[in-house]
Amino acid sequence: MEQARRVISVIVLNEASVLSRISGLFSGRGYNIESLTVAPIPESKYSRITIVTAGSVKVMEQITKQLHKLIPVLKVYEHANLVENEMAMVKLPLSESLGDVEALLHAYHGRIVDVSADTMVVMITDEPIRVSHFLEAIKRFHPKEIVRSGSVALER
Amino acid sequence: MQISGSQMIIEALIAEEVEVVFGYPGGAIMNVYDAIYQQNSFQHILTRHEQAAVHAAEGYAKTSGKVGVAMITSGPGFTNAVTGIADAYMDSVPLVVISGQVPMSLIGTDAFQEIDAVGISRPCTKHNYLVTDAKDLPRVLKEAFYLARTGRPGPVHVDIPKDVTAQIAHFDYSKEVDLETYKPTIKGNIRQIKKAVEAMATSKRPLLYLGGGVVSSGAAELVREFAKMTQIPAVETFMARGTLHHADPLLISMLGMHGSYAANMAMSETDLVIALGARFDDRVTGKLSEFAKNAQIIHVDIDPASVSKLVTAHFPIVGDVKNVLEAMMPLAQEQIDPVRFGGWHNTIANFNKLHPLSYKEDSDRLKPQWVIQRIGETLGDNANITTDVGQHQMWTAQFYPFSRPRQWSSSGGLGTMGYGFPAAIGTKRADMERISVNITGDGSILMNIQELMTAVEFKLPVINVILNNNFLGMVRQWQTMFYDKRHSQTDLSIQPDFVMLAQSFGGIGYRVHTKEEFDAALSDAIEKNMVAIIDVVIDRFENVLPMVPAGGSLFNMMLEYKEK
Repeated sequence: MEQARRVISVIVLNEASVLSRISGLFSGRGYNIESLTVAPIPESKYSRITIVTAGSVKVMEQITKQLHKLIPVLKVYEHANLVENEMAMVKLPLSESLGDVEALLHAYHGRIVDVSADTMVVMITDEPIRVSHFLEAIKRFHPKEIVRSGSVALER
Repeated sequence: MQISGSQMIIEALIAEEVEVVFGYPGGAIMNVYDAIYQQNSFQHILTRHEQAAVHAAEGYAKTSGKVGVAMITSGPGFTNAVTGIADAYMDSVPLVVISGQVPMSLIGTDAFQEIDAVGISRPCTKHNYLVTDAKDLPRVLKEAFYLARTGRPGPVHVDIPKDVTAQIAHFDYSKEVDLETYKPTIKGNIRQIKKAVEAMATSKRPLLYLGGGVVSSGAAELVREFAKMTQIPAVETFMARGTLHHADPLLISMLGMHGSYAANMAMSETDLVIALGARFDDRVTGKLSEFAKNAQIIHVDIDPASVSKLVTAHFPIVGDVKNVLEAMMPLAQEQIDPVRFGGWHNTIANFNKLHPLSYKEDSDRLKPQWVIQRIGETLGDNANITTDVGQHQMWTAQFYPFSRPRQWSSSGGLGTMGYGFPAAIGTKRADMERISVNITGDGSILMNIQELMTAVEFKLPVINVILNNNFLGMVRQWQTMFYDKRHSQTDLSIQPDFVMLAQSFGGIGYRVHTKEEFDAALSDAIEKNMVAIIDVVIDRFENVLPMVPAGGSLFNMMLEYKEK
């Protein structure tokens, strides 16, 4: 079976332990979580959870149905046409050529967000595949630490 | 009104018309037990173990059709109850389980008898709550009962810290449940229903595949009518026994691993499976790729996640079985010609003739199947039957002449040894008119034997019939067949004296070796109306047959077993 990457967007009641219900469902049924982000939806009692996972069509159908079955789940977007973005921050030594770093950042619409005595932190926000490309490219500047946010997504 | 959290629980149970709570007190739940002491609206049955309290609530729920209620304390009280909760989850039994928790200020401190109860119950409940403020209690309890009984039923766990049970807050139970995120689909899609009925009308060998959902939705009577009207034959799952009367000519038998040859062959030959409230469990289907290979599938279930989970349905219908059948009836009457299935009936009759469910009598030793049939002949419809788990359970499902839904209660999904006796106590409490018989094994009965005390104290005269082969019989059978007779840890030759054991609790015991002795013991136990153990010495090496070896195809049954 084809193990395709999928993004699922779940609208849940913003209440205690709802995240453990979702993550527990994935671990208990042997589904895979590549990334998971969660934050409250402003001015509502709901939160949006964006899960990146992989699986066959049949597995995805089960994941969607099992998510729906959880009592605090309002909506599950799976087949939807989603606009997806991810953020990454990278800590670089200040000894690297600032001009070269800036040129790379420019190509990915990134920027420098912090500079300390001997390091700087740069960030970009883009489609996950572009974030991966960026992280590949930045390797030659000897990154000390990298953090990815995981995907957030909205249906078009 | 302003009342304490404990009083709220009492008021909520009264409002839900609860007549009995099965439970066991302890530190964190003491405020609630103090409130129970001061009320007369419902009975509290003190089981002798928390697991038994939940099983008893299950037995009560399955027999009565109402929500069962169990109450336990925090920590070990709760963890003991988990097996029962998981059992109810797997078999979709409506329960509300209320547990005490350490006070809010101590949560997270590894306090005495503290455990993350909602963390543990999350994967084995339909839903659970940790109540952190007494003002939430009326809403939570009302939701708990609502969730337990609606949609696909199941256990709901409510964990309440001790200080919340003492806290005074406003109580109003009149507010309707309003859950924006929970709206079970009751009515089936009418276009799908029409298509399904058309498929039935044009099929040649349709087969009703009846599951536990038929029983829990109260659709058994309708299924009987539907089968009679359309003349479509039926197989039952383990959970659905009693849906059709055992003598109904349209009932083939149980299907699955220990189903009848005819039932499994019918499933293999059918061209249209009509699955009603069944979930294509691996013990039913055997090898999935060979299951009902020539058939289209109509799948009616209230749980969308069950539909097309294992076998892809050509006609998926999400809805309550009863509701969907009501919509199907007039269409079926119009379109389905009952005469057209005559040939199919003949085929099934031939399967039955070829290899009927049977066993070989032995003049020296009692056969377990005979014992079960004998209980059926003696008590028939007048008994409610529970079992534990193992060979005796399968023999009972095969050979007891069930005549109505809810006559039968057993641990299907989880397969919990120790279920039978406490469940029989709950069953008896729900139906005092009938005789509660727990058919059990010499392994299983010891897993909740302490419930002799509960049954004696509360005058709930359950008759336990131990089919005693001095073995953990089902495991022994697999060891004999698949592990070259290495009977690892299954020989139970060292046993208690069950007669004296029953007597020591104030019950009555019998040990029987012959048919005459069994008849005498059974009629004596019925007449004395006491908690009883009938310890029946049976053929040690009797196997449950026929059998589909695990992972095998339904049509490839082991019909007899010859020792190598």
